[in-house]
Amino acid sequence: MRVLQRVNLSYALLAAAALMAAVVLAVADNSSAASAHTTAKAASLSPITIGVSLSLSGDFSADGQAYQKGYELWASDQNKAGGLLGHPIKLDILSDASSTSQVVTNYEKLIGSDKDQLVFAPFSTLLTVPAARVAARYGYAMVGGSDGGPTVFSAGLKNVFDVSIPVKNNLVTFAQWVASLPKAKRPKTAAYVTVDDPFTQPQIPLAQAILKKAGVKTVLDKVFPEEATDYSAIANEVATAKPDVVILGSVDVPTVSAFTHVFIQQHYNPKAFIATSGPDQGQQFVNAVGSGNENGIFVPNGWYPGFKKADSEKMVKEYVAKYGGTASGVNADVAEAYSVGQVLTQAVKATGGFNQPKIIKYLKSNVTLNSVQGPVKFNKLGENLAQKTLTFQWQHGTLKQVIPTGTAGSVAPEYPKPAWK
Amino acid sequence: MSGTAFLEAVIDGILTGGVYALMAAGLTLIFGVMDIINIAQGIMVILGAYLSLWLSVDLGIGLLPGLLITVPLMFCLGVAIEFCFMRRLRDQDRAQMSILVTYAVAIVIEGILTAIVGDNYQQLSASYVNSSVHMFGFYLPDIYLIGFGLAIALLAGLYYMLYRTKFGRAVRASLQNRTAADLIGIDVNRVRTVSVGIGVAVTAVGGMLFGATNSFNPGTGYDLISRLLAIVILGGIGSIAGAMGAAVFILVINDVVAAWWSPTWAPIVYFAALVAVLSFRPQGLFGRVAVRAQ
Repeated sequence: MRVLQRVNLSYALLAAAALMAAVVLAVADNSSAASAHTTAKAASLSPITIGVSLSLSGDFSADGQAYQKGYELWASDQNKAGGLLGHPIKLDILSDASSTSQVVTNYEKLIGSDKDQLVFAPFSTLLTVPAARVAARYGYAMVGGSDGGPTVFSAGLKNVFDVSIPVKNNLVTFAQWVASLPKAKRPKTAAYVTVDDPFTQPQIPLAQAILKKAGVKTVLDKVFPEEATDYSAIANEVATAKPDVVILGSVDVPTVSAFTHVFIQQHYNPKAFIATSGPDQGQQFVNAVGSGNENGIFVPNGWYPGFKKADSEKMVKEYVAKYGGTASGVNADVAEAYSVGQVLTQAVKATGGFNQPKIIKYLKSNVTLNSVQGPVKFNKLGENLAQKTLTFQWQHGTLKQVIPTGTAGSVAPEYPKPAWK
Repeated sequence: MSGTAFLEAVIDGILTGGVYALMAAGLTLIFGVMDIINIAQGIMVILGAYLSLWLSVDLGIGLLPGLLITVPLMFCLGVAIEFCFMRRLRDQDRAQMSILVTYAVAIVIEGILTAIVGDNYQQLSASYVNSSVHMFGFYLPDIYLIGFGLAIALLAGLYYMLYRTKFGRAVRASLQNRTAADLIGIDVNRVRTVSVGIGVAVTAVGGMLFGATNSFNPGTGYDLISRLLAIVILGGIGSIAGAMGAAVFILVINDVVAAWWSPTWAPIVYFAALVAVLSFRPQGLFGRVAVRAQ
């Protein structure tokens, strides 16, 4: 009997532990509607709920959390401005743990069960494809800021839109700049290594073609699995090949950080080092690579905290006031999320309601919309072709716009890259 | 693939294998002693990394001296987990139930860490994290050399404790026959509690090394567990030397295949090698029978 009692006690403890975990995770990981609801000033009408699944844990957690802040900031601003057609905005945020199966469950819940009137896309191309299929079944528009991979637009979906630049063009401006360097200064060799991901892989071939045409020889071209826990083998291979330029297809901070540390250990300093994602993560990236080692590293993007545009500057100020830190630490994901909210706001206002087919039709009507990242104009596939890719570089501890050179807001790129700290 | 690149991949695999051996040692010890499959091992590695981070950032205690604090702390955590959860599992379905229990433990620890530190990535820093020594034409990273040295020292210490001390005999006696061990006066519960404590304490060292060589956040532990389980199974459940041998074996295969062929194929090849070895030696490189009888 005592044994049974002990067993029962252990399961009671286990149940309590699991409950506690659920509570803790719910608090930390799942900013439910209650926490995300911004104080409505408009509020005479019933609230309008916008559902979104975000990667608040797992591989994309850094981006997912930044997106959450961007959406919350937009909702707060929009509520202050009267909400959506007078309805105060409530955000219904679920965490998908960066999982392609969980994201499907989440959108089934958000649309099918919670009956949210609008939805935003999840983070990443990888998660948007399955999520957009669910939204398409219900006839919902799915507007996102990080779903610009070709697999999204080749999936035959008519309801998906990306307010940012199509990712396949991300490295083009950088490659064109390298190709434009005088022959004596131009790099002679390049290594292309990328994680097996629909966001990164489409970016490599265009850049590689431009550099090849400019006489830059490929010395390494490899894909590594997304599930890798140890990057030292592939990073060592790059360091051994000693290319002048390293083009790294990365989706997060740990990948770029691991390559950086191996390069330092191997006393290898490329003349130019660009990573598709990671260096745009502000202070997180600096902490991971070690302060000073971020300098000289490039990252392509459509926006940066110093972007000269009134609504962008206002958003950055509000972000710093609300979440702390410095302007240079504001992540580009925040601007992407904020832009999604802005675009959907304009569509709702123009169509005068929350009718999904009307919203989809409007977004495809060749209209030019505004966002903190710049103009948004969708083609028939839902790609935004109105913006140009920019390339940024960490210089003296600040992320600066450097390419295209000579354009407004650009400073001269540091080339060759300064030595590691 | 040049001879130099091959040698470099082998050296990298051996050094990285030391770090993984330290992370897997606690898992194999707990598995071997108690038939507990500790799914929480990955998050415990991350907890060890966070403890080192707090000591170094908030208190200015270096990563290596900090182990004098983190190892006892993790020992206490292991003792608490054994007392609260593992001890209460019935012998006949201990292994199966332990998966659920330790998964719950992992979620609790992850949740608490997330609530405290958020999901931002961190990495441990010290003067030896980015430095390296030049030997035989290769740059060998100091942090991996330190890790390999720590792995040899700690695993040798564990081996000595298990096979050359009275406590180790008590551990192995409890494993072979709990009732008989009880009858000859061994306090089986105490032996098990201390064993789990030691297993978790060793993980503090693995956590520090992982945190110094990789960026981490509270969710990073899940990526580790499949590789750690592969190491434990290949090495032989409960075998400390097996953990070292299997970690080096797997990491060398991984690194050589990554350099020679493709990183995408590396995990496929080492899992195929795992299956091949287990087909001929189902007990792993150092099987459980041998482990318990040494």
